[in-house]
Amino acid sequence: MSLDRVMGEGYFTTTVDALTKWGRANSVWPMPMGLACCAIEMMAFAGPKYDAARFGSEVFRFSPRQSDVMIVAGWCTYKMSHAIRRVWDQMPDPKWCIAMGACASTGGMHRCYGVVQGVDNFLPVDYYISGCPPRPESIINAILKIQDKIKEQQSLKLDS
Amino acid sequence: MFQSDSNISRKKPTYFREHQEALYKSLEDKHATVEVDHSDPLATRMTLNMGPQHPATHGVLRVLMELDGEVITKCRLDTGYLHRGIEKMAENKTYQEFMPYTDRMDYLSPYSNNVALCLAVEKIANMEIPERATYIRMICCELSRISSHLLWLGTMIMDAGALSFFLWTFREREKLYDIFDEVAGHRFTVSHSRIGGVNNDFTPVAEEKIRKFIREFPDELKGWHKILDRNRIFVDRNNGVGAIGHVEGIAIGLAGPSLRATGIAYDIRTFEPYMLYDQMDFMVPTRTEGDNLARYYCRMEEMAESVRIIEQCFEKMPKKGPIRVDDAKKSYPSKDEVYYSMEGLIHDFMMTDTGICPPAGAECYHAIEAPKGELGFYIQSDGTGHPWRLKINSPSFSNLQGLETILDGEMVADTVVVIGGLDPVMGDSDK
Amino acid sequence: MNIEIRDNLLQDIREFMGEDLLEMNLEYTHPLLRIKRDRLHDACRFLKNTLHFIYLNEIIGTDRFTSEDRFEVIYHLISLRNRQRLFLKVRVEEEYPVLPTVTDFWKSANWNEREVFDMFGIRFEGHPDLRRIFLPEDFKYYPLRKEFPLLGVPGSLEMPNTTPDHD
Repeated sequence: MSLDRVMGEGYFTTTVDALTKWGRANSVWPMPMGLACCAIEMMAFAGPKYDAARFGSEVFRFSPRQSDVMIVAGWCTYKMSHAIRRVWDQMPDPKWCIAMGACASTGGMHRCYGVVQGVDNFLPVDYYISGCPPRPESIINAILKIQDKIKEQQSLKLDS
Repeated sequence: MFQSDSNISRKKPTYFREHQEALYKSLEDKHATVEVDHSDPLATRMTLNMGPQHPATHGVLRVLMELDGEVITKCRLDTGYLHRGIEKMAENKTYQEFMPYTDRMDYLSPYSNNVALCLAVEKIANMEIPERATYIRMICCELSRISSHLLWLGTMIMDAGALSFFLWTFREREKLYDIFDEVAGHRFTVSHSRIGGVNNDFTPVAEEKIRKFIREFPDELKGWHKILDRNRIFVDRNNGVGAIGHVEGIAIGLAGPSLRATGIAYDIRTFEPYMLYDQMDFMVPTRTEGDNLARYYCRMEEMAESVRIIEQCFEKMPKKGPIRVDDAKKSYPSKDEVYYSMEGLIHDFMMTDTGICPPAGAECYHAIEAPKGELGFYIQSDGTGHPWRLKINSPSFSNLQGLETILDGEMVADTVVVIGGLDPVMGDSDK
Repeated sequence: MNIEIRDNLLQDIREFMGEDLLEMNLEYTHPLLRIKRDRLHDACRFLKNTLHFIYLNEIIGTDRFTSEDRFEVIYHLISLRNRQRLFLKVRVEEEYPVLPTVTDFWKSANWNEREVFDMFGIRFEGHPDLRRIFLPEDFKYYPLRKEFPLLGVPGSLEMPNTTPDHD
């Protein structure tokens, strides 16, 4: 936050843009697109030990309308890809996408006829997490990286 | 939803415009949510589509229901949203290479799947496993059964409306993850079992952690029993819901706890004892009601039985001993051998390159009692290191098939509870 | 598994099938029997009603990749009363891959037959709802046949397009 000048006690000035970015970055609500094994680690990420709520990812929203970042967790088949794309299209802007795990990023070990070799074939992915499945720490890291991206690259001007 | 009507401003949406139009057109008839029948004035009949992206379908199951008011008159399941062709991949891998894929089948209990594959390959290649390795496998299998049932408990009750249970069961699951982390090096896709034994022995820390867990877990379980068994909301939500009799249960091929809840004590651990389960003293919990509450009791009691089995394993387990077959033609040599001897290195290379070659034309089936039911591998060998055909008999597939029948005549609101009670895993069912 | 009961059961089957029992494999304790294709319905009725194999666990399809009798369909049956498993095989030729359905004996054959149809293209006559189970209907190939490549046929399965954002 740009805290330019403190004008007496209880005042500070900032730009609307910075305030919005601060608010957005600290309330990234994930849309869990849980497909396969990574979904279980994603649940662990939301669960008691790793506690995603500490980083502003307060609740998992199963409705695309209420979420900011989609975590694609697991291998994505051709049959499922249409549904994922459709959910992604229903999410309001601005939105971000995390490809969680090797399968979602590149197809991973599932190099076979049924699996799309990486969800970036049809989704604009912002962050790839390696691992099969990744540990919850890496998902927290990804969320923090998304927050950085929001703070650095997002602007109200892009919203129109 | 994006609309292309002319009177609506064409300014929105801002991106992927042509694509969205084409996409929505292609998806329109496939993914309709509610279709109201206009010939019916009260509009009581409708087709409801649930999934494939739905929080309560445990993955990517799609359920199409024909409703009369709130009652489901007909129900069809659409599976295959996770179908990646695991059996095709098996034909292109050596047996050991295929093992990590089994982790990703039923990803709630990966250790059981590893063991199921290893036992099937060991059976077709005629191998004898050291005793200590068998005990390690049994302990880990039972731990993974507890782990799977814990997730079932958390999500099933979450589907029924209580979120806190999910947090409590996940706390216990984290303890199990720690154990597996210590034993095998990963939280849940462990790939710890090897054809011919296991990868490494328990470390003292791991053993201590398991002992601590089985000491503390029964109390936790008792607490959950206390909170649920006489909980009016929980019992009313589950009693008589999704009920099925034992005749119908057999006919539609239910598996595991769902079948045992109808009164049929079909458990591979006693039906056809594998590993050393014939030396263990345990009970196969059954109920006769066949409804969701009965499934709940069966699974809860199974967890208690698992703890008992682990205790007995620790008692009977030899304190020291080999953990892998000492035959370099059939199993990986130990890492010490690989690093310090030429033969070891060659054998390691050969095992990775060719693997175990069962006799040509041999075919066999081996099943274990996975947490969800009978998990079997049917292997046909052509004498090379790759299976000619490997068929997975997955319990979730059998249970989901039963779901179509079970859901007939149920209320639409009970769908999520019934799915939660059957506990299907789509990675397992979709192969 | 009780070997004595198993042998008694096999004796019964041998008597019932006679010449039509083509092959019997007892190498790995579970009996694998191969019968003539025409007698499948008879054999199933006999196994279910007389020998009490009431639980059909799975149906396995295999591709033998030979010029005649290319496909093999294996029925995995369980008798809970006698604690026995049995594998019943029939072979199907490539030109006319059709078998009679067993859904009238075991309801659980429904999805299993659909799976065999999806993977191998073997059709089951009289099946109530023979659709592909895993792959979409518009997929034209049968993936577990040996000639199908592991990576699939490019373009056989549709993927959502992505076009760049113009605005």
